[in-house]
Amino acid sequence: MTSDTVDPTLPEGVERRPIDGVDRLATRGEPVYGEPTDGEWRAWDPSRSKLGAMLEVGMDTGLEGGEVVLYLGAASGTTVSHVADFAGPTYAVEFAPRPTRDLLSVAESRPRLFPLLKDARRPATYAHVVEADVDVLIQDVATRGQATVANRNRQFLADDGRLLLAVKARSEDVTADPEAVFEDVKATLEREYEILEATRLEPHHDDHLAVVACPRVD
Amino acid sequence: MTDTGWFEADGATASIRAGSAESPASWPRLAVDRGVVPDEDAYYDALHEATVAAARAAVESAEQADDRQLIHAIRALDDCRRTANELAERLAEWGGTVDPDAGTGVAYARTLLETEADLSGPAADRVHSLAERVVALEDEADALEAHVDRQAPIVAPNLAALAGPQLAARLISLAGGLESLAKKPSGTVQVLGAEEALFAHLRGHASSPKHGVIFTHEAVRGTRMADRGSAARALAGKLAIAARIDHYSGDRRPELEAEFADRLETIRARATAEDDGSSPADDTESDGHTEGDTHGGGQ
Repeated sequence: MTSDTVDPTLPEGVERRPIDGVDRLATRGEPVYGEPTDGEWRAWDPSRSKLGAMLEVGMDTGLEGGEVVLYLGAASGTTVSHVADFAGPTYAVEFAPRPTRDLLSVAESRPRLFPLLKDARRPATYAHVVEADVDVLIQDVATRGQATVANRNRQFLADDGRLLLAVKARSEDVTADPEAVFEDVKATLEREYEILEATRLEPHHDDHLAVVACPRVD
Repeated sequence: MTDTGWFEADGATASIRAGSAESPASWPRLAVDRGVVPDEDAYYDALHEATVAAARAAVESAEQADDRQLIHAIRALDDCRRTANELAERLAEWGGTVDPDAGTGVAYARTLLETEADLSGPAADRVHSLAERVVALEDEADALEAHVDRQAPIVAPNLAALAGPQLAARLISLAGGLESLAKKPSGTVQVLGAEEALFAHLRGHASSPKHGVIFTHEAVRGTRMADRGSAARALAGKLAIAARIDHYSGDRRPELEAEFADRLETIRARATAEDDGSSPADDTESDGHTEGDTHGGGQ
């Protein structure tokens, strides 16, 4: 085993480790999508994961490890698998049945990952399952009205919790200038949240904005 | 009901799938307080088991509305229409010998039943009964059509949005499934349903077909003859991508329709540009296919 680089912006359980000769983000867990591994560590590819890219570009996500997480837009579980590796109880909401099948096999080896085939635009359909006051709300949904989805799910987040949001410009409006889309999204978001940091995710993801925010407590 | 968690209803799986609450609560603590589980660890174990079971059940029921079912439905629809028309022809011919007001087609079958035409001769009952079969088959075809319109967007949301539900179902049927459609190059998608013309071309008897079943799409049919090949090629390119997203990812990408609308506008602008005598701007064959690859991977 090589010595680990301590990086203050990385949560406990996420490390930068040399895998296949390159320093890469990695978590400990069962491999799920053919990613390169080194012992029990498996590489977290920032170009396949918006949250991975947020850590890679050095955003202050406030993640420490062991948090209760609500993840919206889990898809086939690529990112969620890494989150469940370092976080505590993780609720993973996904709307499409086909990717949920893959998400199920990710959940199989992760006893604190809870897959939910639900529509993130309708929180009432999972509020009887997802607990109140989660520490982190992570959202990566490719639907119109991404800020509204985040606002509606504010009710799950603890007052001192964090929202980690990836906004895809093309999901809002294909023809509009991404910057204009991002301004609109931020304005809507500010009804419920205070934005701490917002960064584009190039070169890992084109036309995506990553936002770190905390709930407005009035 | 606001304060009732998933664990308080009968049948944890059903409760997770169908239940709801106005707002979340501290479910792990409540479950312990209410004596449902001894501690939070046990709560999370039970939650894991229940959510996995619920998601699995939901995925399975969603996938029963799958591409195989859609293929049966669209083929049954075509069979019903074709048979109804065939029988209607027979009916018109036969009816003409006993009914002075005989018309043609399915419409005649309906008229015959509605007017309760007083037919004469020993065959009258049989002609009347045949008309009933024709109308019943046509009604079944209509019901199947409504069924396909509902199911295709569930099975293949992007493909159905771009092609319309029925063309989407026909493409899946011709390819033999959503997965095999997703694996076809766009040149093959372009000529699906034109196999006869394609093989004539491959034997060297004919030019390559410009389109197969996608001819029924307004973007192809509504484009002037000279530009139909381009329209068909552009449409097939987007349909191939839509099928891949539907099969491999399943999420909805409305931008595909917008991109295709843009491309079609450019293609159709050629006609206007020629009328003006100017050369059309910005009209490269950006979809990257030439006539030569229309038979790539054809079966």
